[in-house]
Amino acid sequence: MSDTIARICKVLEPFNSNGAILAPHTDISTDLNIDSVTVMDFVMEVEDHFDVELPLNVLAEIRTVAELAATVEARTRKAQP
Amino acid sequence: MIDLFDKHQPIAERIARAEAMGVTIGVTNERMISPTRAIINGRETILAGTNNYMGITFDAECIAAGKAAMADFGTGTTGSRIANGTYALHQELEEELARFLNRRHCIVFTTGYQANLGMMSGLAGPRDTIFLDADSHSSIYDGCTLSGAKLVRFRHNDAADLDKRLARSEGEEGGRLVVLEGIYSMLGDRAPLADFIEVKKKHGFQLLADEAHSFGVLGPHGRGLADEAGVEDEIDFVVGTFSKSVGAIGGFGAGNHPQFEILRYAMRPYMFTASSSPASIATSLAAVKKLAAEPWRRERLRENSARLFSGFRGLGLDMGCDEVSPVIAVKCPDEVSAVRMWNALLAAGVYVNIAVPPGTPNKLCLLRCSVSAAHTDADIDRIIELFGEVVAAGHGKKVVNG
Repeated sequence: MSDTIARICKVLEPFNSNGAILAPHTDISTDLNIDSVTVMDFVMEVEDHFDVELPLNVLAEIRTVAELAATVEARTRKAQP
Repeated sequence: MIDLFDKHQPIAERIARAEAMGVTIGVTNERMISPTRAIINGRETILAGTNNYMGITFDAECIAAGKAAMADFGTGTTGSRIANGTYALHQELEEELARFLNRRHCIVFTTGYQANLGMMSGLAGPRDTIFLDADSHSSIYDGCTLSGAKLVRFRHNDAADLDKRLARSEGEEGGRLVVLEGIYSMLGDRAPLADFIEVKKKHGFQLLADEAHSFGVLGPHGRGLADEAGVEDEIDFVVGTFSKSVGAIGGFGAGNHPQFEILRYAMRPYMFTASSSPASIATSLAAVKKLAAEPWRRERLRENSARLFSGFRGLGLDMGCDEVSPVIAVKCPDEVSAVRMWNALLAAGVYVNIAVPPGTPNKLCLLRCSVSAAHTDADIDRIIELFGEVVAAGHGKKVVNG
């Protein structure tokens, strides 16, 4: 598991009230059974944890932890010239 | 074949759970008796969850104006504002609202929802960024999506958090629009405008305030939170609705920008829908004139809100915010207890709103009251009494160590 994925899983823990397995393929919304507002709240925590901007319109394309990690890494590189 | 309805199964199960507890979602007003009374389930019920802040829905002059407009202009306009749907009435209402708001331009929409859809999508485009408060109304979220702009959500009422997020996107192309609300509909809290204006001076952006729950309600002129806070010059665009203090249906966007009128040709929710019916426009016009001429309505609403707020505080209820506004929400421990208490209140003769996630911030389950200027002291006292019997005696009481 990459460092980014491991860190995202850590941030995700407080939102995982159903005890779903947190892994790269975990679907953040359906596997954790969390509503749209909770997903946005979680992403806000990820933004602050990595100091990266994850716009809501970009999130529409993201379902799994691995996809989110890839986006975080891509946008972190973009932010650092 | 996958049935398109399969994805709605979780909602169907949630509705079934509520119905098993004897709750139907929403109520039917079998008959309206007054702005604050209806027959629901065959019983006369005090309405304390209708956003009818000014209690103006049965005003004789507003009704007469609506009847006359229907007789003179017909039942509907059968067209969009940019085709055959602009009547003299629509323009008269826009002029009256611009005067009331002390803004150079005002555009009227068919609903408040469309006002936000139109303004967000007309102001921002795919190269721009919208920064929106996390607790924004769904119409703001939907308008932002429609705009195609980059969407950045900042922590509710947190100007320092907005500052941080603006800094993250510094140097990007495109304009920046920040969206706030005057009074937030679920908890009744106000945006700390002075803090946000400090951030505006630092970063430079255009600022829109949705005064849906504060238009006609707050400020010495009734223009909303910016009027109350004395910072209207710093608010570039104002959005509002006619379905609350105005007691009709429709919405508006207003501003001083010299190019404002071009929005009429850039807002799909304005262009591709029929304009408001003559009766609705005429009642809105009559009501806006009343809001201007009768400041006692705002005063009465303030007194009623303060009475309900202090009554609930006296009961030790855990409330949505510490500031008095016409939106007074009581926190419940969970959805099941909220449903039970809402049911008991309705059975005892008072209608309030039940609000549950994801319609609420922070996973809260709320019994939400909205106060009207038309409530009598006896109405307010009866609501307090029933919340004492049902909510304070139940599970809604503030946990001191919580």
